Amino acid sequence: MVRVDSTGRSNSLIQVRGLDKTYKRGGEEIHVLQGLNLDVDKGDFVAFMGPSGSGKTTLLNLLGGLDVPTRGSISVAGDEVTNMSAAKLTQWRARHVGFIFQMYNLIPVLTAFQNVELPLLLTKLSKSERRRHVETALGVVGLSERMNHYPRQLSGGQEQRVAIARAIVADPTFLLCDEPTGDLDRKSADEIMNLIIRLVKEFGKTVLMVTHDPVVAKLADLELHLEKGLLVEAGQQQNAYAGGAA
Amino acid sequence: MKFRGLIFANLFRKKIRLILTVGSFAVALFLFSFLAVVKGAFGRGADIAGADRLITINRTSIIQPLPLNYRDKILRIPGVVAITHNNWFGGVYQDEKNFFPQFAIDPQNQRIVLPELKVPDDQWANFLKDRQGAIAGAKTAARFGWKIGDKIPIKTTIFGGANTWDFNLVGIYHSEKAGGDESQFWFQWDAFEEGVPKTFKDRVGWYVFKIQNPDDAPRIAKAVDDLFSNSDFETKTETESAFAAGWVKQFGNIEFLILSIGGVVFFTLLLVTGNTMAISVRERIGELGTLKAIGFSDRAILSFVLAESLLISLIGGLMGLGLAALAIPVLANALNGLLPELILSPAILSIGLGTALLVGLVSGLLPGIGAMRMRVVNALRRV
Repeated sequence: MVRVDSTGRSNSLIQVRGLDKTYKRGGEEIHVLQGLNLDVDKGDFVAFMGPSGSGKTTLLNLLGGLDVPTRGSISVAGDEVTNMSAAKLTQWRARHVGFIFQMYNLIPVLTAFQNVELPLLLTKLSKSERRRHVETALGVVGLSERMNHYPRQLSGGQEQRVAIARAIVADPTFLLCDEPTGDLDRKSADEIMNLIIRLVKEFGKTVLMVTHDPVVAKLADLELHLEKGLLVEAGQQQNAYAGGAA
Repeated sequence: MKFRGLIFANLFRKKIRLILTVGSFAVALFLFSFLAVVKGAFGRGADIAGADRLITINRTSIIQPLPLNYRDKILRIPGVVAITHNNWFGGVYQDEKNFFPQFAIDPQNQRIVLPELKVPDDQWANFLKDRQGAIAGAKTAARFGWKIGDKIPIKTTIFGGANTWDFNLVGIYHSEKAGGDESQFWFQWDAFEEGVPKTFKDRVGWYVFKIQNPDDAPRIAKAVDDLFSNSDFETKTETESAFAAGWVKQFGNIEFLILSIGGVVFFTLLLVTGNTMAISVRERIGELGTLKAIGFSDRAILSFVLAESLLISLIGGLMGLGLAALAIPVLANALNGLLPELILSPAILSIGLGTALLVGLVSGLLPGIGAMRMRVVNALRRV
């Protein structure tokens, strides 16, 4: 279950406490996140919404260990992410996080198979084991027949499915999706969302997704809105502002 | 090895750029090999010269002669064990472009003083018996397709007399030392004496003599030159290696010239490759950021960039050296013996390849470190 108001210790898979992120731009300090709390359990599917510049991607970057907070802590499955060295954090990302980006971020000179295989190159799996894992992941996203195609030979929706296969191939602890349908038409977007929902329902994946699209956000178990550096549940934004103002 | 696919895929991403960069390496390595071979050819005389041999020439110039009677006087100096003498003939075989050095030699002492130039005993015996006999170096014999028994007509350009001298090829010599000169053509001193005008008789071009102990070379050289000082034919005596080095110096400071050109070539190559690698890395900042995001370490990213630049330098370097290995023998033939033998030695190949790899490493280092240090969040914004 997702909570945004816990402050003490919990048994949640992802536990965020008092998260602050401040940027300096031209001598001015911009407080993007201000004391944010969040608990996400295994198998939860959360959508983060909010206007541009509200800090959605920043939150995703912090949760994925791509950036470090100004203050606060993030722990995932008992690992305190915020205290890790850069090298340790890289290893942690490889093991625990599957990234799905808006622009797919596939390597254009590699085939679908090779793109999906990338995270497995960091493991000790043999070549045949890697092949089996990749074929399984591509099978889950329905692209077994296209494994030898290059990204330029695939449609946008297919590219995103390859990216999803890459994200799940190493069986990470959770998936971070940054506008996964942002560059797709409605039909392709629906296909991608169905796939993500299947990953949650069928495979028990934990998914945290940033989106601008209210239709997409409604497919998640819970919509959270990021405004003024804090998370609030959908429908409670105005209250939060009122509370914040008070 | 499991990253091989990723490295090669990136390497062949821009084929034209790859071909041009590899081509730059190939041209540079070819040029380096050629320069190094020429430098080696010029310096080889000094390298393989006998440590126990001295050469005496006319103090004014090597083209001025020395009296024949100096031979016995030099031989009497303590420490001198054997002496021989040569004369430059400077003839033309069929065409002026067919250059090779011809020497009138002293058959009694040639093999004693220059034992590394081997002639089979039976051929040498025939040479001694035949006043018109001649011995050719293996390289020259092969060049003109000569075989023993052939008549070799050589037209004199210096000594007048009969316009063309006919020789009987009775032997072929080989050098025991790698890179030794196998281009000479020897004929009998007596034949020379008979054929030249009176003014050239009893005159030799230079003396070559063996000494007992190489450490005595400075003393003996001074003794020889002192012996003939204030005479009509003053001498200049030096070790064979000093003589060879002095000969090379007449062409200018070959080593400096070659090092300068080589340095400029490799520095330019460094700039070209460094720029190529910088552009290549800049073009795929987003992809490198993605790799970092999914768990590739900073060191892995640096390794990928370095592997690419090293592969470019390796492929280009091998192509350049391969080209040199094919072209240098052709070039050597085209030069018709004007330069000493051009040898592409394993040392030149190793130094060339080593330098190419060093350039590859250095040119990949800066872009690689930049890629290694970039922040993932900044890189992902550039997708």
